[in-house]
Amino acid sequence: MPQAWRTHWTEWLIALRFLLENRQQSLLIILGIAVGSAVIVFITALITGLQANVVERTLGSQAHIRILPPDEFNRLAPLADGSQLLLRESPRAQRLRSISNWQALLALLDEHPQVRAVSPVVSGPALARRGVARTSVALLGVDLPRYLRIIPLQRHMRAGTLRLAADQALIGQQLAEELGLGIGDKLRLDAGGGRDAVVDIVGIFELGVRELDTRYVYLELKQAQTLLDLPGGVTVLETTVDDIFAAEQVAQRLQRLTGLKVQSWMETNGQLLNALSSQSMTTQMIRLFVGISVAFGIASVLAVSVVQRTREIGILRAMGSPRGQILRVFLIQGGLFGLCGSAVGGLAGWGLIQLFNLFGKRLFEISVAPDLIPLAMLVASLSGVLAAAWPARRAALLDPAVAIRYV
Amino acid sequence: MSESREILRLQGLGKVYNPGTPQESRVLQDIELTLRGGELCALIGPSGSGKSTLLNQIGLLDQPSSGELYLLGQATSRLDDAQRTRLRNQALGFVFQFHHLISAFSVLDNVLMPLMIRSGRPSAEQRQLAHELLGEVGLGAFADKPAGQLSGGQQQRVAIARALVTRPPLLLADEPTGNLDSRSAEGVFSLFERINQQFDCAILLVTHDPRLAARCARQVILVDGRIQP
Ligand SMILES: Nc1ncnc2c1ncn2[C@@H]1O[C@H](COP(=O)(O)OP(=O)(O)O)[C@@H](O)[C@H]1O
Ligand SMILES: [Mg+2]
Repeated sequence: MPQAWRTHWTEWLIALRFLLENRQQSLLIILGIAVGSAVIVFITALITGLQANVVERTLGSQAHIRILPPDEFNRLAPLADGSQLLLRESPRAQRLRSISNWQALLALLDEHPQVRAVSPVVSGPALARRGVARTSVALLGVDLPRYLRIIPLQRHMRAGTLRLAADQALIGQQLAEELGLGIGDKLRLDAGGGRDAVVDIVGIFELGVRELDTRYVYLELKQAQTLLDLPGGVTVLETTVDDIFAAEQVAQRLQRLTGLKVQSWMETNGQLLNALSSQSMTTQMIRLFVGISVAFGIASVLAVSVVQRTREIGILRAMGSPRGQILRVFLIQGGLFGLCGSAVGGLAGWGLIQLFNLFGKRLFEISVAPDLIPLAMLVASLSGVLAAAWPARRAALLDPAVAIRYV
Repeated sequence: MSESREILRLQGLGKVYNPGTPQESRVLQDIELTLRGGELCALIGPSGSGKSTLLNQIGLLDQPSSGELYLLGQATSRLDDAQRTRLRNQALGFVFQFHHLISAFSVLDNVLMPLMIRSGRPSAEQRQLAHELLGEVGLGAFADKPAGQLSGGQQQRVAIARALVTRPPLLLADEPTGNLDSRSAEGVFSLFERINQQFDCAILLVTHDPRLAARCARQVILVDGRIQP
């Protein structure tokens, strides 16, 4: 073993003995660090859990990226030289159109490395009628196996079965209540232009979003295409991606690639994301300030300890202890404070989270990321070493001739 | 006894505290002193004459303002802190007036400390040596006691064992009996006499007590920072 490593043993021994000798002081500061770490661990897990929950709820009923046909706009004839144009333009009404050549695009997206799933959807408005009751609905023609990889309807079924064939429909809970529909009942769908169909209700779902639960009517793709007068066409390709927070980036790339209108969930939920990121920043600040006050605690305890041990430091120096060794004795103490305090605090934070899950279960469940506590301990130990830097330096720079006379 | 080998030589050594300020004080001047292997030398002088200051210079705990200090034939004025520290560990043993044990450690670990500082975890032979030294100073039974539980005289004996554990050629003692009652003082002093014989170790011993000084083979008298002829 190299000399340096062998003498590190001595430094650890001295650091440990010093900590154990000042048992009360050590316990107090460790307790302080524990409280700080528990707060940090708890608040981190809470906010992470809360945000994951909100995002999951939001994305549970919508695609990560939607690809639509480009908006139609008025084309202007080119101007003759020297002429001026006075324009009074009324934007065009956007009619229901299919994405041109969507099969090729589907094949392309199926191969795209960042895209997890793609589902072609044809959607448009219709009137739903049962007896004298009428209400407007949104028809969604889907290829069910593909669609389930975008929206996991299986998690939201309230009645019936999850299947779709010709003349079958899945409707939302609210719509079912509004029209008094149950499984096996018939519903007339009128898409205008004399196109209508009578379908059997085979399943009732509840996505938890009122707007969707009152308006969505899922049909088999072919039937919806016929009803909406878009034979063989789809109006939107819905996709999910692996990294939900990369959705906007992927959307922009797809937009350049296809020239179509591409919307990510991040674009359509801008406010939510703003709220989440300012929430993250707030937690970041809380963690930072708790961390700083804990670090100051460690620094001040060690500064006092350096003064208390001035004479012992002088003896160690007289016996031939190098400055670096004295420095490390105190750095190790800082690191050990951080490590022990955060171990206790991490455990306490974990316990708090379990209590929260036990008694606050109605809200949502917080899970603790497996690396949260080890990470917190690592950061706390390093911060402890860092906080010890100033007192340790003072100890190392003590003049041994002066230190030894200190009473 | 080998009187031949030169352990320490001071040449024109001087020490000025706070040079260039109104508080400037010239504490040591033109000190010429040579110590040979195995010498037992008493350093005496009135309080404030600079005895402790001189011992600090010899112990490489402080930098002289002028002159040169040779330790084991090596000039020390140009050594950096790390080199001085290493030389301190290898060549010198210290015993101070206020026993200065480290209370967080056992008696045995205190004795082993200079070796642990030098080379880490002590070997079986080193522990054996420390036990033997504790036996020599009459504290063999106290090895595992916390250092703080011993009486003043006992602590001073432990400090002597600690100073001897590296087998230094020179042992520096600053009023080692100054804080002890006369019986303990007598015991500690005769211990110095014995280890001087037994370990062939030069000892420079500051004392107030003229009777103890008279028992040393050589006396050096310091008055107002100068050695009296
Ligand atoms: N660090 C210091 N700064 C300034 N003056 C000092 C310092 N240390 C000692 N002195 C002065 O040097 C003189 C000699 O002190 P010291 O060596 O302790 O004497 P002694 O040990 O012989 O009693 C005293 O006047 C003391 O005030
Ligand atoms: Mg003195």
